Amino acid sequence: MQLLNGMTGALIGSAIAAVGILTAPLYVDLFQIMQLTVFAAMAVLALSLGFIWGYGGILCFGQTSFFGLGAYTYAVAAINFADSTPAILLAILIPVIFAALLGYFMIYGGISDVYLGVITLTVSLILFNLVNSTAGDFYKIGDARLGGFNGMPGVPTFNLPGNPGYILTPEQAWMVTGIALIVVYLGLRLLIASSFGRIIIAIRENETRAALLGYDPRIYKLITFMIGGAIAGFAGALYVNWGAFVSPTIFALGLSAQIIIWVIIGGRGTLIGPIIGCLLLQWLVTEIGAQQAFDANFVLGAILIVFVLLVPKGIAPTLRDMVMSRFAERGDAPPDVSVKVKT
Amino acid sequence: MDIAIIVGLDVVSGIASLVLISAGLAVIFGMMKIINLAHGEFLMLGAYATVLAVNAGVNIWFAMLVIAPVFVGLVGVIVERCLIQFLYGRLVDTMLATWGLSLVIVGGTTMIFGNTIVGVSSPLGGFQVGAYQSSLYTPFLALMALFLMTAVFAVMRYTRAGLIARAVMQNPDMAATLGVNPARVYMATFGAGAAMTGLAGGLLAPVAGVVPTMGAAYIAKAFITVVGGGTSVLWGLISASGLFGFINQIAAFLTTPVFGEVILFIAAVILIRLLPTGISGRFFKGRL
Repeated sequence: MQLLNGMTGALIGSAIAAVGILTAPLYVDLFQIMQLTVFAAMAVLALSLGFIWGYGGILCFGQTSFFGLGAYTYAVAAINFADSTPAILLAILIPVIFAALLGYFMIYGGISDVYLGVITLTVSLILFNLVNSTAGDFYKIGDARLGGFNGMPGVPTFNLPGNPGYILTPEQAWMVTGIALIVVYLGLRLLIASSFGRIIIAIRENETRAALLGYDPRIYKLITFMIGGAIAGFAGALYVNWGAFVSPTIFALGLSAQIIIWVIIGGRGTLIGPIIGCLLLQWLVTEIGAQQAFDANFVLGAILIVFVLLVPKGIAPTLRDMVMSRFAERGDAPPDVSVKVKT
Repeated sequence: MDIAIIVGLDVVSGIASLVLISAGLAVIFGMMKIINLAHGEFLMLGAYATVLAVNAGVNIWFAMLVIAPVFVGLVGVIVERCLIQFLYGRLVDTMLATWGLSLVIVGGTTMIFGNTIVGVSSPLGGFQVGAYQSSLYTPFLALMALFLMTAVFAVMRYTRAGLIARAVMQNPDMAATLGVNPARVYMATFGAGAAMTGLAGGLLAPVAGVVPTMGAAYIAKAFITVVGGGTSVLWGLISASGLFGFINQIAAFLTTPVFGEVILFIAAVILIRLLPTGISGRFFKGRL
């Protein structure tokens, strides 16, 4: 019953958000629509890390690897097929395969959190160097030239499924991206409410105990990691659809750090937290970019340090706890539907 | 024959540079079990200290062998006092905080000095091997790596400070009951690790592009080396540097430097699958 209440709230919230997304082009100008589109694509990426880290307990510092792989896969496939539908599917499939391989070696190797974080970060750094070095005619897949540090310009954007001639307008692309964010959010909520979700939370809380109850933590963690890879790859396709352009900087250290910061300030162990963190930080970085006094890295780093030291739980859980304690003082506390998170 | 000598030199220099860029990280990881994600920025600060000192008229040898390590060592102690000490026992948070620190240092350096490259030239000349030309700086780096490892060994093995450090490394609680203050040992460790990183940064300054983001070019290799080596400071570092430096240089010679790095990484991931605690966790357990 409590679970149902939580889900009802999420559904109502999502329905309101969906109405907002669909009607946004009526009262927001095109520039802001474009801005919101990239924010929403990045929020999908934030959800992928929020899920595998906050619920699966997998400390992945290199979520950009899957994001970038998805973006490049989409770009290469869309140029070759001249149709975005199979390209989007491939942009999910390739990162999943990569996550399965990488995850197998790390998770079945039984390495610690610290090692996992470092290795995933290293993967993104090496992919950055690798893609950066693919300049020249030699590096091409089908008709698509990888372009090295120049990136791949002029990538075909989303078209109507089954009708490659009908390219979506920026407003329609925004609706697709925004609705995709809601679908991913609700999908993850359902997944977490399912028995699979309960098992991965149990594993996050105590791996040995879960193993003694008969669940093999390795396969559950690997599947969680692969789901994270799939969502990040999908976010990559959404991102390329926004800019019609992809370059190696999406593998770069700066973005890896930003994803972590989104999840940290939003709050681990929630799904809405990473979205809030992502939107806040994206907005902030855009604002910083508009002036010259402070370097964006400097501000982001300072924010990360302050949150780790002072608000380690992040915004969403801290706010929730404050609201809960206010209710508790009045003596009519609502039932605690949240999942307790060990920080 | 000449090509064999050149490739051999490349392998030696690859191993030496792995030892140099990873030593500070390995010391901090071995003692405190944390990975300092600001490692690349400590390298960068060492390089900047060297370049600024040389441009101010200081002798280049003094700048990279004394000024760089002392400056970055001081930075390390300050960082430990102001940041790391509040996060003892929270390994993941420590890593996140050092990542934040790395962004702050990159951003701060960019704000102060801008993105421009300020360079110093390599202080040693070159020499001929048959038809090939090589820099004398390469054997010098190898000598410095050897010297650094010998110094670490001597300090850890033969001094009282080294004895205390090894005790804290093995069992901090037991060391604390015997009158050692682990917090002070950690502070000294972090400072020493930072100083070693600063030295490496200073030594790299003449051969690398000195820019605020230069650290990112080195940390991937440093992380792999330390993770592959495991927690034993000296033997883990030497065995991993030897193995990975060899693989990296041979692969780079046969393909391209970038594919050499990819092959190095694949080798490291397979190694981690077989030896999850690194080479030293399996073969040099409990050794230095």
